[in-house]
Amino acid sequence: MPLLRAEDRRQLEQIFASQLTDPVTLVLFTQHDSPLVIPAQECQTCRETRELLEELADISDKIKLEVKDFIRDASEARTLGVHVIPAIIFQGKNRGTLRYFGIPSGYEFSVLVQDIIDVSNGTTRLAAETREQLAKLAEPVHIQVMVTPT
Amino acid sequence: MAVESEKVTADVIEVSEFPLIARLYNVFAVPKVVINDRVSFEGAMPEALFLQKILEATAEGTGF
Repeated sequence: MPLLRAEDRRQLEQIFASQLTDPVTLVLFTQHDSPLVIPAQECQTCRETRELLEELADISDKIKLEVKDFIRDASEARTLGVHVIPAIIFQGKNRGTLRYFGIPSGYEFSVLVQDIIDVSNGTTRLAAETREQLAKLAEPVHIQVMVTPT
Repeated sequence: MAVESEKVTADVIEVSEFPLIARLYNVFAVPKVVINDRVSFEGAMPEALFLQKILEATAEGTGF
C-alpha cells in the first residue's frame, strides 16, 4: 500500500518534471530493519520515512535516494551532524547544509518537496537584499526550525 | 537560506519525535526557530525580520 495517493503522485510527477533541473540526492539515515526490537533504539517513523522517500525517488529520475544505517555508518552520521533518526540530508546545488530530522508528514511534506526543488535549482525565492546579506555572512549560522506534524 | 549561503546550516526538527530536543530548547509552541543557540522566536516571521534575527545571532549583530 503506497503512502502517496495516485492523484498526489500524478501531481508530483508534473511538479518534478517542470521544476527540477539538476539531480538531488537524499541521504537517509535510518535503522536496519531487524526482527529484534531493541526498545531504546526503536525508531518510530524510520520505516515510513524510508517508504515515502522511495516513492519520491521513484517518481523522478532526478531524485536519488541513499540509505545509510545510523549504527553501521556512524562515523559518516557524525560528520554530517546526524545525532537522531530518521534524518534526511539534501545534496544538490545548495551552498550550505540542509537537514530534516523526523518524518516530513502533513504540511511538512510540502516543505520537503520545496526543499528538493530549491536544492535541484540552487536558487530560492528569497529577496535580492536577503541574498546579498547572506553572501556577506562572516561566521556560520545554524538555523533550527522546530515543527510538529499537522 | 542554506541553499543560498555556504555559511548556513538549516535543520527542520519534528520535535514530537524528539522530546529531549523539545525540552532542551523549551519548545512550547511551533514553529519555533533557534539561531546559533542564541536567538529564538516563535511563529512565522517576515523575511526581512528573519534576516535581522540572523544578523543578531552572529557576532556582528551583538556588537562584539
